Amino acid sequence: MTTTATRVEPAAETTNTAGPGRRRKSSRLNRPGVPESLLKLVILGFAVLVVVVPFLGIVSTSLSSKEHLDAEGGFVLWPDAVNLEAYRSVLSGGVVTRALVVSVGVTVVGTLLSLLVTSMLAYALSRPGSFGSRPALLVVLLSLLFSPGLLPVYLTVRGLGLIDTFAALVLPVLVSGFNVIVLRSFFMGIPAEVLESARVDGAGDWQTFTRIVAPLSKAVLAVVGLFYGVGYWNAFFGALIYLNDQSRWPLTLVLRTYVLNNTQLSAGDLSAGAESLPAQPALQMAMLLVSIVPILIVYPFLQRHFTKGVITGAVKG
Amino acid sequence: MAVPGITALLLFHYLPLLGNVIAFEDYQPFLGILGSEWVGLEKFSILVNGDPAFVNAVKNTLVLTLVQVIFVFPAPIMLALMINSLLSDRLRRVVQNVLYLPHFLSWVVVVAIFQQLLGGSGLLNSFLRSRGAETLDIIGNPDLFIGLLTSQVVWKDSGWATILFLAALSQVDQSLYEASAIDGASRSRQLWHVTLPALKGVIILLLILRLGDSLNVGFEQIILQQKAVGSEASEVIDTYVFNYGILGSDWGTSAAVGLVKGVIATILVVGANKVAHVFGEDGVYRS
Repeated sequence: MTTTATRVEPAAETTNTAGPGRRRKSSRLNRPGVPESLLKLVILGFAVLVVVVPFLGIVSTSLSSKEHLDAEGGFVLWPDAVNLEAYRSVLSGGVVTRALVVSVGVTVVGTLLSLLVTSMLAYALSRPGSFGSRPALLVVLLSLLFSPGLLPVYLTVRGLGLIDTFAALVLPVLVSGFNVIVLRSFFMGIPAEVLESARVDGAGDWQTFTRIVAPLSKAVLAVVGLFYGVGYWNAFFGALIYLNDQSRWPLTLVLRTYVLNNTQLSAGDLSAGAESLPAQPALQMAMLLVSIVPILIVYPFLQRHFTKGVITGAVKG
Repeated sequence: MAVPGITALLLFHYLPLLGNVIAFEDYQPFLGILGSEWVGLEKFSILVNGDPAFVNAVKNTLVLTLVQVIFVFPAPIMLALMINSLLSDRLRRVVQNVLYLPHFLSWVVVVAIFQQLLGGSGLLNSFLRSRGAETLDIIGNPDLFIGLLTSQVVWKDSGWATILFLAALSQVDQSLYEASAIDGASRSRQLWHVTLPALKGVIILLLILRLGDSLNVGFEQIILQQKAVGSEASEVIDTYVFNYGILGSDWGTSAAVGLVKGVIATILVVGANKVAHVFGEDGVYRS
């Protein structure tokens, strides 16, 4: 149910970006006093710092030399050097590199599959009158209301023989009913004439979907895809219960072992010479950053598509 | 085209829903769901016979829910009000983008960040040590665990949660502010009579969703930190099901607990929604 709460916002963001111009002018009437504005700025500034400082610390610690970290106690906010040794060790093969490959693979494959299956289902449901669309819609809607619970899902995955397979990380979360509903309502906004003309030109259902519907819905597909992607990238629990084989662990589980539980990374875990192993805190923070960077990369991208998706949605009314 | 999606839902959503029958069985994995012995409500006895571990899990769940509604829920509303009143659009955007970011991090990363800042060899304690002061035991201290969980949730999600409130705020009819100012309303009066009523719908909607979710209190977040503080301070219903069911193989009892939890959550959402209708709000859905 939380997911529903957090996912409502593609539409919400629209109204927000549309708002400010109109909003500004009236605040002249009752201007806030200086102390009040100052207090607000201080509080917001503090909130921003609380988010930014940890990132600064992660980067700084990962770049620092062993001596600096030993002297300062482990986590520093400013590096004494720009030392990329930790990244080199972490990414040159071994546990972390393998986990990174797993995470990237699961995220890419999972996101593409989820998007494909979800949008196909949403498209079928957006054309009322197609065969079986009413019971199918009911299947989707009811799935939002009841969650089957942890244990039965685990037993099902086990019963299907998916333990220790990557499929266990993808299939149980392949389709989110909520995303189906979001895409469906977007597809329903595409004028019937557009689809009709495609059909007249001889396009079948599949061609209409890939050539007409999908290109028209790029922005909303991007937003839904990014939500799926972040979900796959951050997935922890599924991997924890379905994967016993440590060599298949994604990055989140490796982070738990080596960063949270403070298991020392040895030279054997990385394919580096023992003598050249950087300080543990630097290695840990390098690992942490490796897991954050992909999110930082897609983040601005997500913002832009948000707005675009929103404007398209708004024009369609 | 609907076939793959529907199949996935049937297989991993509805089939497990049926799988809940193991709550009424003496489930043995090698006998399977169909072969296991039917024991009726026997496994549900844990709900009434006062098993200390279970009572503790329920207690922790309810306390956490209460604390989080009190401290986590208002945070984004206040943040949204402050962000909304920033006059520079560019500043607004920067603040928003920074505050949304933690939402996209995994719990492993969030917990690791808190450990680096507040843990035994973290930033705060290194600083205290360098000043020769006493170090503070924050992480791994059972007494502070609820506070720690709550502040992590605030850090991760209160920025993101402002989105809905900001959208509602941008919808407020500006002439209401002008009219009220002409009538002599002070800024605090405007907040009370114009701004907050505009947020009422969203607030009620989110409270309902939170209520339906009230038995879910940060499962991943707690599992990641449970070892350090022990189960007495940290066990909640979900971790109980996990620890006793999947790790402990006490399938029937855990399934019974999970099932009861699911039923209560559904009743809570439907009930809260009815209450919202009584107060003239739309709630989550209207039939």
